[in-house]
Amino acid sequence: MLLGKLTLDAIPYHEPIIMGALSGAGLVGLALMALITKYGKWGYLWKEWLTSVDHKKIGVMYIIVAMIMLLRGFADALMMRAQLAMATGGHLGVFPPEHYDQIFTAHGVIMIIFMAMPFMTGLMNIVLPLQIGARDVAFPFLNSLSFWLLTSAVILVNLSLGVGNFARTGWVAYPPLSELGFSPDVGVDYYTWALQISGIGTTLTAINFLVTVIKMRAPGMKLMQMPIFTWTCTWANVLIVASFPILTGALAMLSLDRYLGFHFFTSEAGGNAMMYLNLFWAWGHPEVYILVLPAFGIFSEVVSTFTGKRLFGHTSMIIASGVISVLGFMVWLHHFFTMGSGANVNAFFGIATMVISVPTGVKLFNWLFTIYRGRLRFETPIFWTLGFMVTFSIGGMTGVLMAVPGADFMLHNSLFLIAHFHNTIIGGAVFGYLAGFTFWFPKVFGFKLNERLGKAAFWFWQSGFYFAFMPLYVLGFLGMTRRLNHTDNPAWTPWLYLACVGAVLVACGIACQLLQIAVSLRDRKKALDVNGDPWNGHTLEWSTSSPPPFYNFAKLPVVHDIDAFTDMKEKGIAYQVPTSYEPIHMPRNTGVGVAIGGFTTILGFALIWHIWWLAAAGLVGIVGSMLVRAFDDNLDYYVQPDEIEAIERERFERIGIDVDAYSERVPEPKRSSDVEPATLV
Amino acid sequence: MRNCSPPRLLRWLSPFALALLSGCQGGILDPKGRIAADEKSLIITATLLMLLVVVPVIVLTLVFAWKYRASNANATYTPKWAHSTKLEVVVWLIPIVIVSFLAVLTWRTTHQLDPYRPLSSDKKPVKIEVVALNWKWLFIYPELNIATVNQIAFPKDVPVDFRITSDTVMNSFFIPQLGGQIYAMAGMQTQLHLIADEAGTYKGFSANYSGAGFSGMKFDAVATSTPADFDKWVAQVRANAKPLDVDAYRRLAVPSENHAVAYYVAPTPQLFDAVVHKYMAGRTSLALSDDDIKLAALTKRLCAPAAARSVN
Ligand code: HEM
Ligand SMILES: [Cu+2]
Repeated sequence: MLLGKLTLDAIPYHEPIIMGALSGAGLVGLALMALITKYGKWGYLWKEWLTSVDHKKIGVMYIIVAMIMLLRGFADALMMRAQLAMATGGHLGVFPPEHYDQIFTAHGVIMIIFMAMPFMTGLMNIVLPLQIGARDVAFPFLNSLSFWLLTSAVILVNLSLGVGNFARTGWVAYPPLSELGFSPDVGVDYYTWALQISGIGTTLTAINFLVTVIKMRAPGMKLMQMPIFTWTCTWANVLIVASFPILTGALAMLSLDRYLGFHFFTSEAGGNAMMYLNLFWAWGHPEVYILVLPAFGIFSEVVSTFTGKRLFGHTSMIIASGVISVLGFMVWLHHFFTMGSGANVNAFFGIATMVISVPTGVKLFNWLFTIYRGRLRFETPIFWTLGFMVTFSIGGMTGVLMAVPGADFMLHNSLFLIAHFHNTIIGGAVFGYLAGFTFWFPKVFGFKLNERLGKAAFWFWQSGFYFAFMPLYVLGFLGMTRRLNHTDNPAWTPWLYLACVGAVLVACGIACQLLQIAVSLRDRKKALDVNGDPWNGHTLEWSTSSPPPFYNFAKLPVVHDIDAFTDMKEKGIAYQVPTSYEPIHMPRNTGVGVAIGGFTTILGFALIWHIWWLAAAGLVGIVGSMLVRAFDDNLDYYVQPDEIEAIERERFERIGIDVDAYSERVPEPKRSSDVEPATLV
Repeated sequence: MRNCSPPRLLRWLSPFALALLSGCQGGILDPKGRIAADEKSLIITATLLMLLVVVPVIVLTLVFAWKYRASNANATYTPKWAHSTKLEVVVWLIPIVIVSFLAVLTWRTTHQLDPYRPLSSDKKPVKIEVVALNWKWLFIYPELNIATVNQIAFPKDVPVDFRITSDTVMNSFFIPQLGGQIYAMAGMQTQLHLIADEAGTYKGFSANYSGAGFSGMKFDAVATSTPADFDKWVAQVRANAKPLDVDAYRRLAVPSENHAVAYYVAPTPQLFDAVVHKYMAGRTSLALSDDDIKLAALTKRLCAPAAARSVN
């Protein structure tokens, strides 16, 4: 068969909802392409964005992907809430299990892997190199490749909507349900290959950023002086490097079962599904800390900036994050106390889990004491932060409750659990990313976001969250289990309605955010960030212009303090005009990342549909692209001093510093180690 | 208009109030057995213990945020104050103390509430073997020589010993009002010990998603008020029963949704063990005693081709 398992039947013509969604997305895509063509922007898009190896642009692209996936994942959530509000008391709602079960699986996978992860990675990409005073990441091309691998996985997941179907296994894809015997169609294969591809991208990113913080910190910056966001990202990267290979291995074994008749996790022939549960959660538990630690870092930056204070207990925060990371690896069993491990094992893992609440509690207290005797400015990022501190306390508490095995026997797999993890993921990670988005937006685009709409978005999200998820805690107590397609208990019905109202409120919040972006774009002239330091920031990203020049820093900053930029401002050397510039070594843009991403999509699609010749072609394409890159000598160049001088002169004039007068008066500053250009490969 | 708004609000809120007051009916806050009652009080104790820190943190967050708002020029401002060993010690100590209490509570209750632990009672337990199928529950009473689908009964105040397996994907066996859940997994056997303190009919279901028919995978657990009532139920099962031989079992195992309650007699001896062993088919060399050899033979028959296992 030339096309493997692929036939025309794979396209869901008869599903009006899917066809509607597809044609809607298709129309938006066509409209976008028409606009780009009309304004002749294809060349610009290709040269300046798609092929870019600039960490700031890659970061922006990550966040765009994350936001599109937020819309998709949230549409799934609305459908689920609507279904469960309708399908009570004998009604079956609109989605049969065949369809509904794909929705909750897709929602979980998309929100975690294709919304939260890219959002986190995007913020890290934009901010981390700037915070440590670097000109890019250690391996800029690898960074571009990571992004395109993610995009490839995103394309595969969304393709499953129109070609074939997605997994109906829940986002954890437990065998034997996910094995060939029970899931013979392509759904699980879409799942495994999408996760596999994005997982490789994530691992490469983590390695890249670990090398970056080790090798490329600005002169003078000791490890313990790295800003807290950089630190929490670093811990997250350590977790990624240690845990993602476990996921890769588990999925590879599942694929061997499905493709080559192995029996790792089947019930028969000695296979054991319990092994998959262990492997999945040995990745899955660290994964939640990978999502939330960077958010903790964002809250720390925001609190200390908007109180105009130093962060209370910087070192203590770093240690607490490290303790969380290490312990985060020793608790995975709490996801299956109900598998019959025995009391000693269960109690051990339960207690280990609770111990994590110690460093987490320390963090909360440290934020509190940062606010204490500060001057708290109530701007949008602070709203997200205070909302987080209140909401996350509740989510943390319900988490510790479920770490008590005796309680978990009752609450496991119930809507109480669903409420708990949305409580921590939304109230922790997502609120953090949204705070970070507002906080660093002016740095990236040079103007601030509209405050009123930002606050409106916050209040809708916050109230929507409570309306959508507090009822789920109640439903858990009332004995409602997760992943039900319809219910018939009259006591549950009012709470299901209420949860649906909550989802609508969140929808209003998301609408406010979209509007906020549009309005801020229109009014950007009124909210320009002229000097690059709109919030009176503490760290180095605020010391360069907004948006930063492509080389980030004309002169590498020299660091003497944790709050390096505050230190410079206090010493009066924050906006010093250099007398001369040295050439800067920069990487060239390249389309190889795009090409490898494209071939990987082909490879993944071919493997999913068993089209072996196409898979071979995809593989050849990938290897060929790598060879092209390997034999390319034209990888980098030097930015010449006169070009830098022109860019910097313009910046200083914008701030109102007369460059010529300045350079005449001030004697040549002492040369420090900042002459060494950053090595970029 | 004015004087009609309070009743309207009340009318609007009443379903929630009702649901809160009476709605615990059937949930884990309305236990009808010793284990469930202990688990409920554990949930409440642990929650209260944690609220001791969580409430102050929430209150402090709001109080500090208000007190140290930028417009309040009266509040002290110490921009460089970022370390205090005393405070750091306190900050680490508070959660450590709470967690220590919780840890002791956890260790004790995890052993007390271990689902494998037989319950102390002077009555002889009822034994029930549970097989999760797509998408129904088969219950075998090995000592009474009967079997049922989607319904069990036992007298109140008598311990019930469950041995649980699955002849399909993973499921979780759960009767919230009587006690916690445990997984049902193919090729393996788990155990659960429950007891009812009050007579009644309690909802049971699978708490682990198992595919398309999952939402309908429910059963009733009937705790009768007297042993005599239980005997009546057994008699009723016998009166309406079909035999559960290997073929009947294999027909039953074919996927079906919202399966009606069904009664069987004379289940093939060792059926439960054979279902567990089915997944280790071919290992007849392990058979040592006569019993084991019979079991191996039975296992083989369960595994004969066309065993109805796949979903579609
Ligand atoms: C913003 C509003 C959101 C709403 C209204 C919502 C709603 C839901 C609902 C109704 C379910 C299914 C519950 C059930 O099994 O019965 C669910 C599951 C889930 N959600 Fe969300 N969700 C939201 C956001 C998120 C976010 C931001 C994430 C992660 C970053 C997330 C991750 C998940 C996961 C992992 C599952 C489990 C899927 C599974 O059962 O396999 N959700 N959500
Ligand atoms: Cu976990």
